[in-house]
Amino acid sequence: MTTERGASVKFDKVQKSYDGEVLVVKDLNLDIEKGEFLTMLGPSGSGKTTCLMMLAGFEPASHGEIYLNEKPINNVPPHKRGVGMVFQNYALFPHMTVAENLAFPLQVRNMGKAEQEAKVKRALEMVELPQFGSRRPAQLSGGQQQRVAVARALVFDPDLILMDEPLGALDKQLREQMQYEIKHIHENLGVTVVYVTHDQTEALTMSDRVAVFNDGVIQQLSPPDELYETPQNSFVAQFIGENNKLNGTVTAINGNICDVKLADGTMMKADKVNVAAVGDATTLSLRPERVEIIVADGMENSITGHIEELIYLGDHIRVRMSVAGNPEFVVKVRNRAGEQKLAEGQDIKIGWFASDCKALDPVG
Amino acid sequence: MSDTDQTMAVLTTQDGVPLKVSIRRALRAQKIRALLLVAPLFLFILLSFVAPIADMLFRSVENDIVPNTLPQTVVAIELWDENSGELPGEDVYAALAADLQVATKSKTHTRVGSRLNYEKPGTSSLFRKTGRRVNKFEDGNYKEQFLKADKKWGDVEYWQVIKRFSSPLTGGYFLAASDAERTADGVQLKAEDERIYLLLFGRTLMLSITITASCILLGYPIAWLLASLPLRSSNLLMILVLLPFWTSLLVRTSAWKVLLQQQGVINDTLVWLGIVGDESRLALINNQTGTIIAMTHILLPFMILPLFSVMKTISPTYMRAAKSMGATDWYAFWRVYFPQTIPGIGAGSILVFILSIGYYITPELVGGTSGIFISNRIAYHISSSLNWGLAAALGVMLLVLVMTLYWLYDRIVGIDNVKLG
Ligand SMILES: Nc1ncnc2c1ncn2[C@@H]1O[C@H](COP(=O)(O)OP(=O)(O)OP(=O)(O)O)[C@@H](O)[C@H]1O
Ligand SMILES: [Mg+2]
Repeated sequence: MTTERGASVKFDKVQKSYDGEVLVVKDLNLDIEKGEFLTMLGPSGSGKTTCLMMLAGFEPASHGEIYLNEKPINNVPPHKRGVGMVFQNYALFPHMTVAENLAFPLQVRNMGKAEQEAKVKRALEMVELPQFGSRRPAQLSGGQQQRVAVARALVFDPDLILMDEPLGALDKQLREQMQYEIKHIHENLGVTVVYVTHDQTEALTMSDRVAVFNDGVIQQLSPPDELYETPQNSFVAQFIGENNKLNGTVTAINGNICDVKLADGTMMKADKVNVAAVGDATTLSLRPERVEIIVADGMENSITGHIEELIYLGDHIRVRMSVAGNPEFVVKVRNRAGEQKLAEGQDIKIGWFASDCKALDPVG
Repeated sequence: MSDTDQTMAVLTTQDGVPLKVSIRRALRAQKIRALLLVAPLFLFILLSFVAPIADMLFRSVENDIVPNTLPQTVVAIELWDENSGELPGEDVYAALAADLQVATKSKTHTRVGSRLNYEKPGTSSLFRKTGRRVNKFEDGNYKEQFLKADKKWGDVEYWQVIKRFSSPLTGGYFLAASDAERTADGVQLKAEDERIYLLLFGRTLMLSITITASCILLGYPIAWLLASLPLRSSNLLMILVLLPFWTSLLVRTSAWKVLLQQQGVINDTLVWLGIVGDESRLALINNQTGTIIAMTHILLPFMILPLFSVMKTISPTYMRAAKSMGATDWYAFWRVYFPQTIPGIGAGSILVFILSIGYYITPELVGGTSGIFISNRIAYHISSSLNWGLAAALGVMLLVLVMTLYWLYDRIVGIDNVKLG
């Protein structure tokens, strides 16, 4: 846990357009601390790779300034930035062996032969591929290539490493193993990592902080737990984890709590997160595991739902029901002995706490 | 063998047929269909390409015109010792008279004459002259009558030529094609100033290498541009590259004549710019320079296309990766991009080199005398001097040369290393 090594990054009012017509990145402000593991998460086309490319120096920012260790780098060419990068398709040089690939950044720096060999050996050991130095990349499995790519980005001791969906091509098991290994390397070396993915589980398990991108804008920048527990807007609530939506109108605001009238007339109390005034349309967001089928004491909200479908999943039962006109309302019911029997077509009463129900900006 | 057969159980299908036989039967229909699909093209190539070429190549050693036209002479002369310095006996003259009397009826004696004329100038007229008289010969004393008809018949050398070329196969064309001749002391190279074919082979090789090299130099940047531009502009550029293919070769070559001649556009421009003086205009055509310029232009697309298709498959992330690791543009190009384009260079070079080594029209039109290729000589022997045997021998040598170079390339670079896309 040596935090001396990492680099700090700052995006200051950065905008980017490729064609002069559409802004792909709109007003990006982002501070990344030394040694931090920051993940950019977002749907396809939201501008994540573009941000990475601007940071690595392959795309110029159309407006604004990027700082590396407090120094502006807009006019620094890529090869002078000292940023390690792992590309989505690994970009291992096919005409070189694994060892030659790893030695490449060292040769660029005119390092002595003996030192090169020592470093290459150490890097291969770090990713647990010591005997693969003489192979060609094409002779390695996807996971092995990926590890070589990580090793190559690390071998010249950069302070900042960018990874663009490095695990996109791997199967689930290998992916989880690699997530662990990357995290492990990050913790051991203390480098700053900027990681791009559109897999939310990956983002939540690996990162210190997650920046959720949509449409060229950071929707929320928070540690993983906050992202899940307290989404700042409907996009984040829907993008991260499972989420029930109920549309309504704000009728009253009391400090942090607001009253919301649903489409069918039911009144609800909700945590006021992203509504401004009485009369605003809003979408209530509610996690399936926070809904109870036994209404507990002190629960501010309760409503009757109609069970449409039961899906038995062993440890829990997914109950899909119609609630206040929403036929996709999902409740997760723990599978406990003596729990009341549920049947399709049945009407039951459900309830939740106001604090678990977030009043956010309205969506369709 | 039989032991193992007995001990090894043969796998059979349910009705007892050995499995392998059954599989073969099942595949036979497929094979026949595949053969039928290939058959028309195969026949076409066989009849229109392989057979004529084989026939042509065979002419390089074929010599049956002498034994066919002069059958008795060939038998009789067998016993004559050509190194004795004496003329053959009366029996040989008698045989020749008989043969010529037959040959004059079908006028084939002139053909033998021209054939032997390649080896010994003067033979053609000798045969024609004798042919006019031979039917008036009286029986007996043929030697005297021959000598009276033409005193060349008293020269041993003519008889030596007839004897040397009396067998149905000959290496004479190949000797001639490699500037050698058979003398009394065996096979020897001709005198220095009479050698033309080795010089031409050498020049063809050198010019082809030069043309290939200039195609690489000019084509590489274009191919790179094509591969890295966005689709719309690269399509436009590609059309420009392919444009020459849509114009006739002759038109293009003639255009070079207009551009390159001493009073041509290029020289005029240079003079106008004051780069060269009016009296010292550059000789750009009817020499090797002309051949190199025009052929580089014509063969350039054959270099660009394979290069382009190889470059197209090289992802730009390789260059980015190299730069992210600290490599300058040049270093990244040289260590990462260039090595990956070598298969394209190989493919383009083989194409251009092999095409140019056998090129004919362009050197003929713009090469003058110093810029012509071996194929121009072959064409000359095919259509003007009508010495098809020599043309065929030159062709065989060219073919062997190309195959040798191809083999060398395979040994050094490896033919698997060639990629056309
Ligand atoms: N070179 C380019 N020229 C023009 N437009 C581009 C270019 N690269 C990306 N874009 C556009 O910019 C937008 C953002 O692209 P970007 O690659 O940053 O998305 P991303 O978030 O990385 O998506 P993904 O998860 O699919 O990789 C997209 O709409 C894309 O079409
Ligand atoms: Mg991307």
